[in-house]
Amino acid sequence: MIGVWRDDLSAAHRLPLNLMANKILMPKLSPTMEEGQISRWLKKEGDAIDANETIAEVDTDKATMEMTSLEAGTLLKIIVGAGSNAKLGQVIGIIGKKGEDFSALLASIEAAPAASTPAEKPAPTPAPAAKAVSLPPMPKPAPPPPPAAAPASTGRMVVSPIAAKMAAEKGVDLRGVRGTGPGGRIIKRDIENLNGGTSKPSYSYTPSTVYGASAFREEGTSKMRQVIAQRLAESIGPIPTFYLTVEIEMDAVLGLRKKLNEGLNDAQKVSVNDIVIKAAASALVKHPWVNASYRDSSVRFYEDADVGVAVAIEDGLITPVVRSANKKSFVEIAQEVKALASKARERKLQPEEYTGATFSISNLGMFGIKEFTAIINPPEAAIIAVGGAEQVPVVRNGEITIRSVMNVTMSCDHRVIDGATGAKFLQTFKDMLEHPALILI
Amino acid sequence: MAKKSSKSPSKPRSKTASKKSSELQKVFAHVPDPSIAQKEYRQRKKSQLAMIRKTDKKLLAEMLYQMVLGRVFEQKCAEVYRIGMIGGFCHLYIGQEAIAIGSMMALKEGDYTITSYRDHVQAMVAGIAPEEVLAELYGRAGGNVKGKGGSMHMFSKEKGFFGGHGIVGGQIGVGTGMAFAQKYKDTDNVTLCFFGEAAVNQGIFHESLNMAQLWKLPIIYICENNQYGMGTAQDRAMSISNIASKGDGYGMANEFVDGMDVMAVRDAVLRACNRARKDSLPTLLEIRSYRYMGHSMSDPGKYRTSEEIKKYQERDPIALFKDSLKEAKVLGEKDFEKIEKRAQEAVEKAVRYSEESPYPDESELLTDVML
Amino acid sequence: MAEMTMRDALNAALREEILRDENVFVMGEEVAEYDGAYKVTRGLWQEFGDKRVIDTPITELGFAGLGVGAAMAGLRPVVEFMTFNFSILAADQIINHAAKMLYMSGGQFNVPIVFRGPNGSAFQVSSQHSQALEAMYANFPGLKVVMPSTPADAKGLLKSSIRDDNPVIFMEQERMYGNKGEVPDDPDFLIPLGVADVKREGTDCTIVARSMTVPMSLQAAEIVEREYGVSVEVVDPRTIKPLDIDTIVESVKKTNRLIVAEESHSFASVGAEISHQVMELAFDHLDAPIKRISTVEAPMPYAKNLEALALPSVDKIVDAIKEVCYL
Repeated sequence: MIGVWRDDLSAAHRLPLNLMANKILMPKLSPTMEEGQISRWLKKEGDAIDANETIAEVDTDKATMEMTSLEAGTLLKIIVGAGSNAKLGQVIGIIGKKGEDFSALLASIEAAPAASTPAEKPAPTPAPAAKAVSLPPMPKPAPPPPPAAAPASTGRMVVSPIAAKMAAEKGVDLRGVRGTGPGGRIIKRDIENLNGGTSKPSYSYTPSTVYGASAFREEGTSKMRQVIAQRLAESIGPIPTFYLTVEIEMDAVLGLRKKLNEGLNDAQKVSVNDIVIKAAASALVKHPWVNASYRDSSVRFYEDADVGVAVAIEDGLITPVVRSANKKSFVEIAQEVKALASKARERKLQPEEYTGATFSISNLGMFGIKEFTAIINPPEAAIIAVGGAEQVPVVRNGEITIRSVMNVTMSCDHRVIDGATGAKFLQTFKDMLEHPALILI
Repeated sequence: MAKKSSKSPSKPRSKTASKKSSELQKVFAHVPDPSIAQKEYRQRKKSQLAMIRKTDKKLLAEMLYQMVLGRVFEQKCAEVYRIGMIGGFCHLYIGQEAIAIGSMMALKEGDYTITSYRDHVQAMVAGIAPEEVLAELYGRAGGNVKGKGGSMHMFSKEKGFFGGHGIVGGQIGVGTGMAFAQKYKDTDNVTLCFFGEAAVNQGIFHESLNMAQLWKLPIIYICENNQYGMGTAQDRAMSISNIASKGDGYGMANEFVDGMDVMAVRDAVLRACNRARKDSLPTLLEIRSYRYMGHSMSDPGKYRTSEEIKKYQERDPIALFKDSLKEAKVLGEKDFEKIEKRAQEAVEKAVRYSEESPYPDESELLTDVML
Repeated sequence: MAEMTMRDALNAALREEILRDENVFVMGEEVAEYDGAYKVTRGLWQEFGDKRVIDTPITELGFAGLGVGAAMAGLRPVVEFMTFNFSILAADQIINHAAKMLYMSGGQFNVPIVFRGPNGSAFQVSSQHSQALEAMYANFPGLKVVMPSTPADAKGLLKSSIRDDNPVIFMEQERMYGNKGEVPDDPDFLIPLGVADVKREGTDCTIVARSMTVPMSLQAAEIVEREYGVSVEVVDPRTIKPLDIDTIVESVKKTNRLIVAEESHSFASVGAEISHQVMELAFDHLDAPIKRISTVEAPMPYAKNLEALALPSVDKIVDAIKEVCYL
């Protein structure tokens, strides 16, 4: 459905009834579209518009699409001109009665913060918060499929056309799918049998030049990704960053920690943050696009999750790295973090101990910070900012109950991580913390 | 032989025809001696004169005009072909005009004609305008078949002209079917089916003659024997030289005719038509002529001498016809001038028309593939 | 409706069309007094006489050419080739004359003629009398090519072919003349040319079959349904040219898998054409490479066992279904 969405669901933007002027919003014109570029307006300010009339052409990530008006009226104001981009749901113009005073509406639009980035379904979501979007509840991932024989590594993926099409429609990353057709061909049945889970693919990795750092493999970036990267970088800064926030119930983690620490000495005791590191690492290897670096003509995907842990020191900040955190136990991580942190405070860290992370975690929960954003540490693609867990009343099965809730905001490098990619990673991450058994799978 | 045909021009003669044919062939085949050639020419003229005196003057003038038009038109084709206005194949009729004019102008309404790829003159005699023929050669929208056929494929359903056909002998089968339809529909019409002497070696010739005689179809097979199949002289390609006699193999009436004598052609075709209309019987005519030009415009002509060409040009059918008409006091030099001027003008008009006619619209590419 | 053999359905079509249009006549070798080599024209000569039912000499090129000329002059000949093997002798008249006449004449002369007869394999008649030639004729613009697989289709399609204003190559199958089926009696029962028929609906795999491979495919479909629970759709284009590719593509979009079963040799066959068109029009819907079941690339052998090996069979089709369905 191509159309202009009226934002009448948004309480923040609700207008007096006697004012007819209405916002024209950037519509979703392709299933994966997150923003569009106005390639040209077919109407100029003052032109009459019929309902269903094409008013502009929009370049999406897929194609140039026609955008039609849902209502008749006059194009009062063009807010996003030809050649400019607008995120999904962003106000791009105003429609109303000819000669109508729309200054109030315009003022409210200008006063409103920059357009938000609704992740997947912008229309029905409630008024978006300033920086982040609460993810809609997502179904729990099914247990991963039984371990599969690795397909012969021929260097290229063999996939039937219909399977490729279905995977694209479902957003399935084919690199994680085991093909059961001849020669490991991924066929329709393999996509149908996925149920959301993907098995670990097999790749060859190049060792890092940093001692002990994760090996990596590189895949050429698609033209589209290069363009996205370039465009976003130009519009926002060297690293086009966006933010995703998720609320995570930590009761299970707290329970697990309590159990783990029974009978452990102080040096071995596991902190919440250690479990967060382990969960993040486990989630990272399931989401290669988050455990990656953008390198202009290629994207470097890391085999292991080398997690940088931000440690505050007297005159600043350093992020020692827990290598291959995905392969280490909670206790191993706990001991390593403790050792690294004390070395950091003593300024005894060696370069290979604080460089070459693939992802970072910054936890300010101990300072009473509930929610914040962190700055990406290049060339990593993302960092999560972990706030303190707070007990809040929540409704479960119709009853009010108390849960410990932790806010996590991930800063994402949009050149590698798209909104949905990041959201899916956070979904896995959240699931793991809420069901810690998943971390061990 | 010429004498004999002047004596009894309208008498059908089927049984003895082939014997007489071979006599005439002997005379015809030995013309290198100029004195004999001149003698032959005088004999021919004599017989022509006799027939001219029995023919309508207006028709005679029109026959001459058609012959001259054919000659001028084909010469123009040679001229414009050399400057690249015509593509592909271009088979000229110069020297053979007496056959098309002598035979087709003996037809009546409802009769059909079909011929080979050497079809420009037949098309014009059938009534297709010279400009339509030339524009077709130019590959233009105003061409006879909208630029889709070119030199070898002129057609007019309206004029009963069933086309020029590019496969040697192919039209013999089709022509037989046209006559079959005429008989099926109980008409008294006939089909004239032209082909070159080389087509006689194709299976379709024999298959068609067999069926035509078996089913008694009203068709006149006209073998235009110009003595060369492309570059191969007839005697290098055919085990016998008497093509007319091949009709005997099918029990079909047959006759050898001098293709330089338009009146002799007319006479023979009229008699064959009579046989077809009255008794629904086919005839095979071998009409001997000579192709002055190469087989096609790309023919280097190394297989024959210029003396040989000259020999035949001395018996040129148009010159002969003009001489006779003059002697019979039917037409004079002034009439000839007029006729030639008329033909020149018609051809000039055709050139202008063709040059101005647009190329076919691209949408024509896929039309007329199927109904 | 009456149950009849394909032979009798064809005979009924001819008889009805001869009665309907005085310009329709039947000619060919042994079609009249002998009642037809395969008895398709049985009784027609006795009923309609020499004018409408004509025995020809054995002169394929000649009577094909005669038919073309007669059609150009307004008649509607139905020319029988005793078998299509002999049509090769007449190929010049069919391909160079009938097919191209309308175009060459700038739309002036159409050729409403039907060339019909058995095509494809026969029993142990060796190389020159056992071959499927539809790909050759379908290759030329200007010809329609029709191949019925049931008695009812045979009747409806032959009547449409005779009424068609273009040259039609109407290919029957000697082995199928005795096949029985319900056939409508209506003298105006016509099946339009260029419309495919889904002979069996299914969801897992499409078989495009024509002529004799249709009953084979239907049988194979029953077997895999029973043994593997695979649901096979069988599409019979009925007219090879013009080809109803839409119906085929629609089916492939549903099943994601395609097999083409044909009696011709595989190289440059109709199956190759269908495969290409499906690749072009439904590429994103394929789950397996398109599979073809054809006659092997060798002239037809005489020996019974070799002949069976050379030809398509129910077993070969079953194997193909298993292959494309990854069973």
